[in-house]
Parts: sequence; structure tokens; C-alpha cells
Amino acid sequence: MKRKARLMQGNEACVEGAIAAGMRFFAGYPITPSTEIAELSSEKLPCVGGKFIQMEDEIASMAAIIGASLTGLKSMTATSGPGFSLKQENLGYAGITEVPCVVVNVQRGGPSTGLPTSPAQGEIMQARWGTHGDHPVIALTPSSVRETFDLTIRAFNLSEKYRIPVILLMDEVIGHMRERVELPDTSELEIIDRKRPAGNKEDYKAYKADEDLIPPMANFGEGYRYHVTGLVHDETGFPSNSSVVADKLVRRLADKIEMHKDDIIQWEEQNTEDADIVIVSIGGVSRAADTAMKMLRSKGLKVGTFRPITVWPFPEKRLEELAEKVNTFVVAEMNLGQMVLEVERIIKNKAKIERVNKVNGEAIYPEEIVTKIEEVL
Amino acid sequence: MPSAVVDKFFRTNKLPQIWCPGCGHGIITRAITVAVEKLGFDRDKICVVSGIGCSSRATGYLDFDTLHTTHGRALPFATGVKLANPDMKVIVITGDGDCTAIGGNHLIHACRRNIGITTIVFNNNIYGMTGGQYSPTTPKFDKGTTAPYGNIDKAFDISNLAASAGATYVGRSTAYHTNLLISLIENGLKNDGFSLIEAISSCPTYYGRKNKKGDAVNMLEWQKDHAVNISAASKMTPESLEGKFLIGEFKNSPEPEYTSEYQKIIDRFNKE
Amino acid sequence: MDKHEIRLSGSGGQGLILAGIILAEAAIIDGKNAVQTQSYGPEARGGASKAEVIISTEKIDFPKVRECDIFLSLTQKSYDQYSKGLKEGGIMIVDSIVNANNAKNKVYSAPIIDTAAHVIGKAMVTNIVALGALVAISNAVTREALEQAVLSRVPKGTEELNKKALEMGYIMGENAIK
Repeated sequence: MKRKARLMQGNEACVEGAIAAGMRFFAGYPITPSTEIAELSSEKLPCVGGKFIQMEDEIASMAAIIGASLTGLKSMTATSGPGFSLKQENLGYAGITEVPCVVVNVQRGGPSTGLPTSPAQGEIMQARWGTHGDHPVIALTPSSVRETFDLTIRAFNLSEKYRIPVILLMDEVIGHMRERVELPDTSELEIIDRKRPAGNKEDYKAYKADEDLIPPMANFGEGYRYHVTGLVHDETGFPSNSSVVADKLVRRLADKIEMHKDDIIQWEEQNTEDADIVIVSIGGVSRAADTAMKMLRSKGLKVGTFRPITVWPFPEKRLEELAEKVNTFVVAEMNLGQMVLEVERIIKNKAKIERVNKVNGEAIYPEEIVTKIEEVL
Repeated sequence: MPSAVVDKFFRTNKLPQIWCPGCGHGIITRAITVAVEKLGFDRDKICVVSGIGCSSRATGYLDFDTLHTTHGRALPFATGVKLANPDMKVIVITGDGDCTAIGGNHLIHACRRNIGITTIVFNNNIYGMTGGQYSPTTPKFDKGTTAPYGNIDKAFDISNLAASAGATYVGRSTAYHTNLLISLIENGLKNDGFSLIEAISSCPTYYGRKNKKGDAVNMLEWQKDHAVNISAASKMTPESLEGKFLIGEFKNSPEPEYTSEYQKIIDRFNKE
Repeated sequence: MDKHEIRLSGSGGQGLILAGIILAEAAIIDGKNAVQTQSYGPEARGGASKAEVIISTEKIDFPKVRECDIFLSLTQKSYDQYSKGLKEGGIMIVDSIVNANNAKNKVYSAPIIDTAAHVIGKAMVTNIVALGALVAISNAVTREALEQAVLSRVPKGTEELNKKALEMGYIMGENAIK
């Protein structure tokens, strides 16, 4: 069947993907440049029997999606910089209580109110460490409109499968860009739902994990009558001050993602087979990296690209392998150097690392990456 | 031996609770279960949500679906539960600090939406869990560990705040006036929209000690002596009401409930 | 490779972002790839606003205009701010109110705003008149595709008005080439 090609905005593709993934609840608060996601959700959700609510702030929005998810609805919120800061406490709550949900952050210029209508990637580290305490994180970074659709679905799937809040870390370039897309038929999509409990309701232990370290999840209103708390809790879900219980819980939450990281981690690489130089980038910057690579290849330089699709967990193993044969990694990002810290940690001294950074509210242009590479050669 | 209602609705294996001897919170928590028992609700369709603080620990002892959330945020979590599954009866248990300081904005917006949540505010005029700091309902000039020279803030009147913000059922009672409290909670639960019941509790450990209010019994006696039912108050002179506070049903004016209004939007698409 | 990098500029409220969307949709109807981006300030009305469209028969990597082939400007402010990126031999189209004497490129000047407001009588079709003129001058997309794209985007009941706006734009563009 020939699919219909159409022009679509990144933020719109996010909503299309969310609904295709089964999103039936959205709570949000208007903020540029993510607002279209709330607007389109408010329009589309009632048509599929879903619910939209504009809350009084981003804190409340994050709270509401957790409450909704506990009743069994796939839930999402979307925001940008300042709103992402406000969501952090309840993001941690969703983590420790293992409530599936998707949090979209369309990154704009910061810090503080910053540059509301301009692109940036200043929340790579906040996505990883923004909420307090030790916790695992899954953050996905689309670099095209079509990939925004696909990764929004994947965000829901990973969230449901691993019972963890998943961050869709977009940037303004991708969120506001419109491009030609052909969306797949819904029958072609893989949709994953949370693991449900088996056995007697009376015997249900809300936080007793299976061998995969993931506890089956009952919905509120089904008669399981269980307790959910942000306090450290034992397998039954009730609070505990025991050091043994605390250690076991915090480690299980981390191990739950560590154990399955091969299933979670994704990246894309181009022309790395013979590359002396590899450009590392995510999101909107990867579009500049692709053009830069082509410009340099046409000049006879052996340049490749490496694009983490899951920026968290970072595709560590593959980058390590590449460092065995690549001379120089050029990390390009719309911030003063965040992802490069992770690249440095992984590569250590096995290769040279160069940076291309930009924080003036404009996208990184291919020429800037080309100039940097020609400079350091 | 726990009473029948405690045996039925409490997670008795989690008892005794963490509250201090003489705290009013146990009485209020039990009152909620008595109201639920009287109404004969399906207990599997009840969700109790709380924030952070002494009162918010109540959810751990109640045998329903219970959600102990973050500080001040019980109402937006509860909003998510209720809108996602309007068949559930959603009860919020919160304290004066949780509900009117850090969660104050959520309170007025939940009232404004008239969403079907019954909120019980355990008002003990102090932050108990953190050791006795003054709260938005600590009376002016009273002391707390962060008001060693007396509190200069004016106190919130939670019931009037909720009524003004749009809650459609509002009442106030005390730990002493338990029968009134039970009937207010019952009526609040019967209201489809947003209900708020302010339950005056007592904290002999911090508020009482800091302000020389005597022991637990003295504090309950104070409630008995200073509460005036709103129906009686209309016949009293301003002088005789001096230093007293009102209890009773303050507002009962049902309006369309939020989730049923939302359902009407969904139904427009079902028809097409 | 057939590639056009197009920049549409003016002030907020002139509908240039919508014009960019329509142009990109027309390119897709023509069976090509298209990317549309924009930059704008905090103002919903006024200020300098710009929409960019890249049309190509191949995959488009970098989505922003770097070497502009076609530049349209409807205000002096946007001309001053954004005209610099036009490449040698590129097409410069400006409204008659814009002073483009310092341009190094050949300038096609046309009374776009005035025609919309006074000849057609609806200032809201300024962007459609502009698209007609741009396509008549540049052939960036086919006229059939443009008309189809315009009609699928404009409000119901305004189809005839917008067709007329396109026609006027085409005529203006044809006159400008002569």
C-alpha cells in the first residue's frame, strides 16, 4: 500500500506517535516551544475517548499523569526548560514508585527563562541527574520528524515494559521543524503494555519483582488495594526504614535498567568503517553533522557520524569499540559541553576529543563543524 | 481489640500508627472510615491520596488503593486518578501545611474545577513531622520552632478559602465533635463535585507544648469550649462569639462536576 | 540534484509561516522532499519573522537555509535583517514598499501588500499573493501543486478569494519578469 506523504511538525509527530502508542491521558501547562503538543493532545484525545487536562503548573501536570497511569491509562506530559525543572521532584517519584509515563522536554535556550523560542540542548545532564537521589534514566533523542513519531511510541513501550518514566528529549529544531513524513500503518506498530499481576489479589505484593527485576503492575480500582509511596518501601509497597530494604530497592531500580540495557540502548552510525574522525551529536545537531560529513567526505576526508538515539543510557560499549580505531571524536552540541563529558568518560585517552559548542540560540550549522574539523586536522 | 470499623477498613497489621499519644489524627482517620461504611461504597473503587506530613501517613493504614505522594501535591495526583477513572471515589487526606502552603495553589484550582474529590484537611496548626514549625494556620502571635518570638503571619481560614475558590461542599468540625465530623464527611462524599472538610486536630507534642495549651485532654476540651455551630452562631451576639470558631456545614451548593463535563466532550465524538 | 533554498520574511501577522508551510506542502504534492523551519520573536504581531523552506529531490539533512536561492521580503526591517544570505544569482523578490537599492542581485519588485489590501480588498491574502508571485518568478513548485496546497490550508468559504489572490500573484510575477 502506498502511504500518503505529508508535511508534519515534530511536535505534531510526537502527539501522533503518543496516540498510536495508546496514550489516553495528557496533563500539561503551556510553555514554548512545546505548547503544540498540549494543543494537539487537547484536540485529539477526546476523539479516542482519552482525557486532556491543563493543570495549574508543571508540577501538577507531572503529578496528574502519575495518578492517571496508576489507574491504567498510558499518560504523558510535555514541557520545556523551566517546566522541566519544575517536574523533577515528581519525576523522581514516578521513578521510585515505578509508574510508567512519558515526559517530553522540547529544549530551548537557557538558563532560567533564557531564549524561549530558540533551540538548545542544555538539559542533557538535567535529564540524567535532574531529580535528586540515585536513579536510572531512559532518555530518547529524535533527530527527525519521523523519528519523533517512532521514538514517542518507543518511549511509551520502554516506559510500560520497564515501569520507569521515560524522557523524550527533543530540541526546538526538531520540535518546530516541519518535514515530509510517511507514517506507518498502525497495524505495523509494536505496542507494549505493562506486565499485569497473576494470581490472587490478596497475595499481590506490589513491588515484588520477577526475575527480570520488574514487578507486575495492578491498576487502582481493580480490587488489589495496594499502597504506593515515595518513601523507601519493601516488596509489599509499605514504607521501611530498614537499611537492608533501602539498599535492595535503590539497587534493584538501577539494576532493572542495567540488566536490560542491550534492549534499551540504540544509536545510529554512518561511515564509521573507515573513519578517522567521527562527529558525535544528537537531535537537531545531527542534521548539521550529516551535512558536515558529506561536505568533508567530498573533500576526501574520512569522516563518520555517531548519533546516540538513547542519550541515556548512553551507547557506551559501541563508543568504546569505535575509540579503538578512530583518531578524533568531535562532539557537537547546543550547550557548553555536556554530552562531551560522557564521551570523555568512556573514551578516556584512547582518542582525541574536540568540541563544537553553541549557546547563542541558533542551531549549529554544518560549516561550523567543518571548520572545527579542518582546524584540528 | 480494634472496633469493627477499624478491623474492616484499616490495615491492622500496620498498626499501631506513628502518631503521638493524644494526637487528633487517629480520631479523624477513623471518622473517614465510619462515613465510608455508612455510605456503603464499594471499597475497591475508593482511592485515598495524601501528601507529606503527619496526616498524610494515614494512607498507609487504610485498606483501599492508597497513594502517598509528594509534599503538597496530593490534589494534582488525585486529579489524575479521578479524571482517568471517574468511577472511583477519590479522597484526599492532607494537612494544613501540605494543603495550604506548598499545595495552596493546587487547592484553589481543584476547588475551581469542582472535580469529584473529597478532601479532608487535618488542621493541627503546625508542621508536626518536621518538629513544630509554624504553618499557614498557626494563629497570629502563637509560637513555633521557626517563630520563637511569635508568628506575625495572618492565618488562613481554610474553609472559607475553599468555599470562595469554588468548592461546592464545605464543612468544618473537630476531633472532639466526631459525630458532626462523620456527617460532614458523609455529605462531602455524597457531593459529586469538590468537597472540603476541615477537621480541627490537635498536636499536644509541638503546637500544644510550644504554646502552653496543656495536654491532649486540655486541647480537646478547648475544642469543645470554643467551637460554635454555625446554626447557633446566627443567634449569638458578636461579643459572645469573641474568641470562638465556627463549625458545621458552611456550603452545600452542587454544580456540574468536572469529569462528567469532560465526558460530555468525549460523547460528542462517540455520537458521530 | 534539484534543490531550492527559500527564505520568506516580513513581520509577524503577515502569514509568512503559513506561506512557508503551503510552499512545502506544494513541493510534497510535486513528489519532492521539503523541510520548513521558522524563527520568530516573542511577538505574535509585528517584529521581523522568517520562514524557511528547502525543497529537494533528495534527502534533506540540515533543515535551515544556508545558501538562499530565493528570498522574499515584505518589510524593510526584514529585508535589512535577512537579505544578506542570498547567494549570487539568487532571486530577490520584494514588496514595492521595500527599498532594495543596495541589493547585489536582480530585484523583482511587486506591489504585493497593496494588491492584497486594495485590489483584492483583503489584507489577509497578502501571503497567498506573495506565493503566487514567487512561484511565477521562480517555478519552485508547480502551479497545480500550489493551488492544491493553498486550497487545503485556507478556511472553508475563502477558496475563491484565495484562488483570486494566487491569480493576481501569478500576473504580478509574470509582469516582474518582463
